[in-house]
Amino acid sequence: MSAMTFPNRQSLLSSILRHAVLICTGALILAPFMWMLSLSIKPPCEIFGVSFSFWPHQFYGIENYSRALTEAPLLRYMGNGVLVCAIILALQILVCAPCAYVLAKLRFAGRKLLFGIVLIGLMLPHQVLSLPLFILSYQLGLLDTYAALIFPYVVSPFGIFLFRQFFMTIPDDVVHAARLDGLSELAIVWKIMLPMALPALIAFSIFSVIGHWNDLFWPLIVVRDQSLMPPPLGIMVFRNEEAGNDYGPLMAASTLVVMPLVIAFLAAQKWFVEGMTGGAVK
Amino acid sequence: MGGARTDRAPVTSPARARAVAQTLAAWGLAGPAVFFLLVLFLLPVAGVFVIAFSDWQFGARSFSFVGFANFREVFLDPAFRASLLNSVVYVLIVVPGAGILGLVIAVLIESGKSCRAFYRAVHFLPFMATLAAMAIAWEALLHPAIGFVNQALAVTGLPTANWLRDENTALPVLAAIGIWQNLGYAMVLFLAGLKSIPQDLYDAADVDGADFWFDRLRTVTLPMLGPVSMFVVIVVAVRAFEPFDIVKVLTQGGPGHASEMLLYTLYRESFEYLRTGYGAALAVVFLGIVVTLTLVQARIMGKRVHYQ
Repeated sequence: MSAMTFPNRQSLLSSILRHAVLICTGALILAPFMWMLSLSIKPPCEIFGVSFSFWPHQFYGIENYSRALTEAPLLRYMGNGVLVCAIILALQILVCAPCAYVLAKLRFAGRKLLFGIVLIGLMLPHQVLSLPLFILSYQLGLLDTYAALIFPYVVSPFGIFLFRQFFMTIPDDVVHAARLDGLSELAIVWKIMLPMALPALIAFSIFSVIGHWNDLFWPLIVVRDQSLMPPPLGIMVFRNEEAGNDYGPLMAASTLVVMPLVIAFLAAQKWFVEGMTGGAVK
Repeated sequence: MGGARTDRAPVTSPARARAVAQTLAAWGLAGPAVFFLLVLFLLPVAGVFVIAFSDWQFGARSFSFVGFANFREVFLDPAFRASLLNSVVYVLIVVPGAGILGLVIAVLIESGKSCRAFYRAVHFLPFMATLAAMAIAWEALLHPAIGFVNQALAVTGLPTANWLRDENTALPVLAAIGIWQNLGYAMVLFLAGLKSIPQDLYDAADVDGADFWFDRLRTVTLPMLGPVSMFVVIVVAVRAFEPFDIVKVLTQGGPGHASEMLLYTLYRESFEYLRTGYGAALAVVFLGIVVTLTLVQARIMGKRVHYQ
């Protein structure tokens, strides 16, 4: 502000310094993304050549990207990712919202016990549960199915917690009025609470979709069939089995896997930051 | 919320009937969540403990409890010791690295008005990008012959290395990737902390003669960020105990055990070698570490977030 009224040397200098440092750190942060993009549009001779420049002399993007899409079932992987993430999110909302409503707005015997169970679930890192969940998938005959990728995440303790926090800020009068209008408790959840909790719903959706789109650990354990693999597992298999040192198509495939979330993030930055930090940032 | 409990109606039978109906309705609504919380969280965690303290193996129809035998095996295994030590080293590099860089970047972003959203987006990007795919990009960047890192070092005359295949560099390189991934997380938490510092404090500092930016930083900003910093240290530490994708994709714990870390060992022993007792005991150890950190976090957060 003072820089506008008194354009003094110190504030100009600190402004330049601010941009200089942030541009340097930003460039370091973006380096892997840039290198990935750059290799994805270069022909092999330039990738293995001595001179380096970001932009290739010979644009090879079409060859690399079409090979990435044809040599690995990349679109299938991404379709799997979309399908699995969508079903997980839908089930999580369906299961968590009524439970969160109950915890936020109803008085009943065992409420503290229920909330205690949610908090315990919130504390458990999911990888710890992987061995029993793997045995359960095996016994239910779910290994190598979409169901195996989905069922451990049907309920999200974090989802219950987040919705509960938000529902608590909605005045009780709203609930009473809805009851007087003859709405059932379940109708109150879907028609009144959830629409009013739209910010929490969006934040949770982003949290859930990013977590499951990016997950490698669980798919690696329960899926062997390539046609069921989500993107992280698919691209790892593509690297190990097909591409090897074929960096152009491999980088093109990586770019295609990373791109959907990056574009969504740039379009809705504020929501992503909120969703990814678990509501710690408001 | 606390008010509703105090004006409870005297216990007459219609009131009691209503309370019973309310309780039934509540458990009915929460039913699916309760069922899945039990089947997918509580029973599995109990299962991990049972397997960890017994001799059960995949396919076995019976088991007997064997006390701490599995834990003894885990702690006597050089691979596990290397894994635990590496995890601790990784955390001790990533937490201060991501924390300090996140703080510096947050303070710099907040110290001016221009390009705030842009800088925030750039630095936050690695935190949400698919790590398995970005690990492959890092591998290309660190490639001994064609990687940008070695090419740049060679041009400036500095020594190059086969970063991911050298036992002296594998773990530090993974930790650098960990810093790259997590500093944006620390940054947004610090940005939220900075926004909550009241302007009055800066005005008061100005009156006291703290007109140089460094004085304001030292007397107001940093002291006010104390609680946030504690929170950042713990949440980043929890995350830093959980790297898996980069180990699996880039080093498989190698060379030797040089870059082996807890979750990777857990995965390999449980699902590649099918050593269930060992895997479960390791899971219990891992759970102990994460729960301890989370409880410390809950104590700190208790001052800011009220559950009831």
